[in-house]
Amino acid sequence: MSERPEKEALEVQVVDPAAPPPPEAGEVPVDKPVSTFRLVATLAVAGAVAGLLIVLVNLHTKPIIDKYRAEQLRLAVYEVLPGAARYETLYLVDGALSTTVPDGAKAADFRQAYVGYGENGERIGVASSRGESGFQDIVLVIFGFKPESGVLLGMKVLESKETPGLGDKIFKDQAFVDQFFDRPQTPLSAIKAGSGKGLPGEIDAITGATISSKAVVSIINNGIAEWRPLLEQGIPREAP
Amino acid sequence: MRQTTPSQDFIRGIWKENPVLIQMLGLCPALAVTNTVKNALAMSAATFFVLTCSSVLIASVKNLIPKEVRISSYILVIATFVTLADMMLQAYAPVQHKELGAFIALIVVNCMILGRQEAFASRNTVYRSLLDAVGTGIGFTIALLMMGGFREILGIGTFFDIPLFGPNFEPWVVMVLPAGGFLMLGFIILAMGYVEQRKKTREAASA
Repeated sequence: MSERPEKEALEVQVVDPAAPPPPEAGEVPVDKPVSTFRLVATLAVAGAVAGLLIVLVNLHTKPIIDKYRAEQLRLAVYEVLPGAARYETLYLVDGALSTTVPDGAKAADFRQAYVGYGENGERIGVASSRGESGFQDIVLVIFGFKPESGVLLGMKVLESKETPGLGDKIFKDQAFVDQFFDRPQTPLSAIKAGSGKGLPGEIDAITGATISSKAVVSIINNGIAEWRPLLEQGIPREAP
Repeated sequence: MRQTTPSQDFIRGIWKENPVLIQMLGLCPALAVTNTVKNALAMSAATFFVLTCSSVLIASVKNLIPKEVRISSYILVIATFVTLADMMLQAYAPVQHKELGAFIALIVVNCMILGRQEAFASRNTVYRSLLDAVGTGIGFTIALLMMGGFREILGIGTFFDIPLFGPNFEPWVVMVLPAGGFLMLGFIILAMGYVEQRKKTREAASA
């Protein structure tokens, strides 16, 4: 019986959510129950201000971030297609190659290949990126090849979280990386370093990082196998 | 509440109540991203920014926040500043951003930052909260730089990417792996405990 008046007092306050909070609401001792309206309003206002702030900063930083990403990709394409002077981007739309994406679709949603052309307009090769599981996480590799002969032109690891000191040699060990430039024969096979029989597709794996080495080789083999049949149907060119 | 002077607010977080080495807060970033000095510095800078901005803002609006929703409000404020820091790092320090990965976003749940809001900024003036946040931020930075410095020197043989030893140096790779983080934190805390204990013994002897 003694508790009842208190409860009623509380309910009366909650029932009246539309009433504007008194101007000195901030000075109310914290022990008094605060109306639900005020709780919701506080969070709503704070959320709206936070959202506005994030949108404003995003408007400023997004172009810088996109520009950096495009620049990194551009550099990588030229690295794996030695001799290329410019390149065109192809998109895989519904199983066919196209130089444009359907209206209203985002370019980033489609698999992409980059066709590199030399100074005189001759085709150097095609580059594409592909990710597969390495030892720690997905290894993302960009590679360039000649679609007609399957010659591997170059390779660059774009993203990897492989073990520092061991697996990260797939991009830090120049001797390993150099093996992926101008290889006349694919598919490649990773073998234990020094055990090669002089076969053309052999890649010396890194000692202590066999899984990472094999991941790179597998990405390139699967990537070339995926793109070659598509490219053999003819490579569309942008209207000059 | 016990009374402290403004200079005590500032100094406290740096050594006596160092967030990482004494309070054992914010250990996740302290262990995860301190394999090089550069990463440690980027992480410290982002955390410092979030901590200082959140403390100042929360100290200024503390009377407007009903106590029922104070934790949610703190998280909202912290999350906003973390998102801003994330976007800014991505735009202006993309290499570091890639190295730190998800750990930038995880500053939101760094209990050191939320702890300072609840324990200090929500009850003190803006000025004192700023001092407290800057002090704590410096303490966090010192701890991370110690971790990053030792781990990079032993694990890679460089300091700030500058090679320290000759080509015959064999890097102690485990130090840049996660296990090395735990080892290094243990060694640093051990060293600090040793220093503190000697100080206490000396005080007891002279008393």
